[in-house]
Amino acid sequence: MSAAELPATHYLNATHGLKSWLLTRDHKRIGLLYLLGVSFFFAIGGLFAALIRIELITPAGDVFQPDTYNRIFTTHGIMMVFFFLIPAIPAVLGNFLIPIMIGAKDLAFPRLNLLSWYIYMVGGAFSLYSLLHGGVDTGWTFYTPYSTAFSNTYVIATGLGIFINGFSGILTGINFIVTIHRMRAPGMTWFRLPLFVWGHYATSLIQVLGTPVLAITIVLLALERLFHLGIFDPARGGDPVLFQHLFWFYSHPAVYIMILPAMAVISEVIAAFARKRIFGYHFVAFASIGIAVLGFLVWGHHMFVSSQSVYAGTVFSVLTMLVAIPSAVKVFNWTATLFRGSVSFETPMVYAFCFLGLFAIGGLTGVFLGTLGLDVHVHDTYFVVAHFHYVMVGSTITAFLGGLHYWWPKIFGRMYSEFWGRLSAIVVFFGFNATFFPQFVAGYLGMPRRYHAYPEEFQALHVLSSGGSIVLGLGYLIPIVYLLYSIKWGKPAGDNPWGAIGLEWETTSPPPVENFAAPPVVEHEAYEYAERAERLGAAPTT
Amino acid sequence: MSHGPTHEALQHQFHSLDQQRESSTLGMWLFLVNEVMFFGGLFAAYIVYRSARPEAFVAGSHSLDIGLGLVNTVILIGSSLTMALAVHAAQTGRRRQLLGFLGATGALGTAFLVVKGFEYAHKWHDHLVPGPGFSFPGPLGGEVEMFFALYFAMTGMHALHMIVGIGLLAWVFAGAWKGRFGPQYFTPVENFGLYWHFVDIVWIFLFPLLYLIGRH
Ligand SMILES: [Cu+2]
Repeated sequence: MSAAELPATHYLNATHGLKSWLLTRDHKRIGLLYLLGVSFFFAIGGLFAALIRIELITPAGDVFQPDTYNRIFTTHGIMMVFFFLIPAIPAVLGNFLIPIMIGAKDLAFPRLNLLSWYIYMVGGAFSLYSLLHGGVDTGWTFYTPYSTAFSNTYVIATGLGIFINGFSGILTGINFIVTIHRMRAPGMTWFRLPLFVWGHYATSLIQVLGTPVLAITIVLLALERLFHLGIFDPARGGDPVLFQHLFWFYSHPAVYIMILPAMAVISEVIAAFARKRIFGYHFVAFASIGIAVLGFLVWGHHMFVSSQSVYAGTVFSVLTMLVAIPSAVKVFNWTATLFRGSVSFETPMVYAFCFLGLFAIGGLTGVFLGTLGLDVHVHDTYFVVAHFHYVMVGSTITAFLGGLHYWWPKIFGRMYSEFWGRLSAIVVFFGFNATFFPQFVAGYLGMPRRYHAYPEEFQALHVLSSGGSIVLGLGYLIPIVYLLYSIKWGKPAGDNPWGAIGLEWETTSPPPVENFAAPPVVEHEAYEYAERAERLGAAPTT
Repeated sequence: MSHGPTHEALQHQFHSLDQQRESSTLGMWLFLVNEVMFFGGLFAAYIVYRSARPEAFVAGSHSLDIGLGLVNTVILIGSSLTMALAVHAAQTGRRRQLLGFLGATGALGTAFLVVKGFEYAHKWHDHLVPGPGFSFPGPLGGEVEMFFALYFAMTGMHALHMIVGIGLLAWVFAGAWKGRFGPQYFTPVENFGLYWHFVDIVWIFLFPLLYLIGRH
């Protein structure tokens, strides 16, 4: 297939019209529907982040009323966590790529996949509507008894939107697990799977095991508000800390729902641009499963100051440090992959390097916070805010953008501008650090989170942070322009613009409706760059 | 493959009906794992509060109608039997038997809900529904409220699953009526059966945990 032209028919032009998209069962089109959805909710969440940064430019609470400010950061958190970060990589890239990477025609349950998208959109619309008409002031964590007995806001309606959306994640998780078990092409053994697939397998396990616990927690919260059941009400013999246990039993693993797919993307990008097999493939694969399992055992590190017993706190502290091990295994293996690789710096790789830097900081500060003594000192300060933004935003969004750039030529068949791509990655990196690094400092010095007014000594740090957020926002806006431009005017990419290895690069760009002209048979290991170079009797191609 | 690839139920992404059936069954099991975690949250709350005030839980349990609870247990076990027979009838292609057993399962499920409704009505009448109107005679008084909060949350969630189950049953029944199921394709019946058995098993746990505390 020559690089000069797109294939005559592919999944994008096989059928036409709005109906052909809204009723599609093609995992590739559903992935793009999700891309629209997550971009929309990201924009909303970003808008509310901007309002937060505007308020914090001055020490006095002079732009918004305290109640309004509470609603603003709650809306920001709920939109970003539940409707952007959790679905972003699995539902967009995972959806598009998993069937192609394992040589299948589609996911096991295409209709369920479409249903998941509708559930997601309905849940998101529902939550957004109730957040805008009345709002919620509890923070995205809905802590009791404030959320059940005191908050006079739209807690149940917003919670219902999150509850509905949970089914979308559960169904997608089931769909992925079944697909990976039952739909692999002949010869595609478990240890020939790309690490992208391993990462999503681990993510799906968390979705299936964790999300229902969030669901029952929201149900109990709603019952408490509606019927005064008393389960979380200390006045009636209930225990508000039980809510925190149930909530974090889901919401800590939810962080791994965000980061495991990000790591999955990074494994692919690093292998492709170092032109080497990922060092310690098996370790990276099992590290994903290890993170998923250990991730369920550490929720108590959110509750060190919540009346949890010191012994429980100690155990959770130790377990939290254990979960850093598989994450570190991955980082070391990626670094070892780069060693003596023929590394080149196309846009996705620039994003991958940004990821490594930001994830290192986010991950290590996570170990600080897992330490019982230190956490008591910085609990509920901007140190925590900075930490989880480094992991959830710095790492996950950076990886999402890296992955989007890496597979964009596959998805739309055309190349974007390398110059603008690299530039945007660098702008994101500097903007991100300018926004969030000062927050580590402010938090360590004692700036509490969720306050709309603060002592003057913190102003310099907050102004730096707000200024950085403008740069960061710009970094997120630039790709929208050149990526959309490339869909129409980019030059045709050809089947394999990066010279990468993987089944997705063996089909046309964009792929045909059933993904491959003929069902593929797999005869090689994953990432066999060295063997391919040997076969071709030449230096690795670029 | 023994099955022709042209069977009308075979979807395009699968090579064979076998692959399709194995996928659906695995998907259903995963869904049930998710359900276990859903009820797990409730059971966790139950364990926490029962171990905190065992006497109040015994007192609350003794005020439940063990006779009605037992009747409902028998009804549900019976419905699991008729459901298993329905799956067998689908596998062996006996349509009339299939319709009969599905109908019996639905009738037993409805009977369970009716009995449950009577129990709820009694609790309402006796002021045992948690909330401002709650009152329980004796020294433990208000402490028993938590038992009833969990009683209603747990049996309520279970009843909700029964109602959804009866809705799904109607859908499977309609498919059976049109003669869609036979030895080659019976996955919907089989998977619905898995769901139904799961909901029964939840009750098998709920019955002793709620009705039989402290009765040796
Ligand atoms: Cu955590």
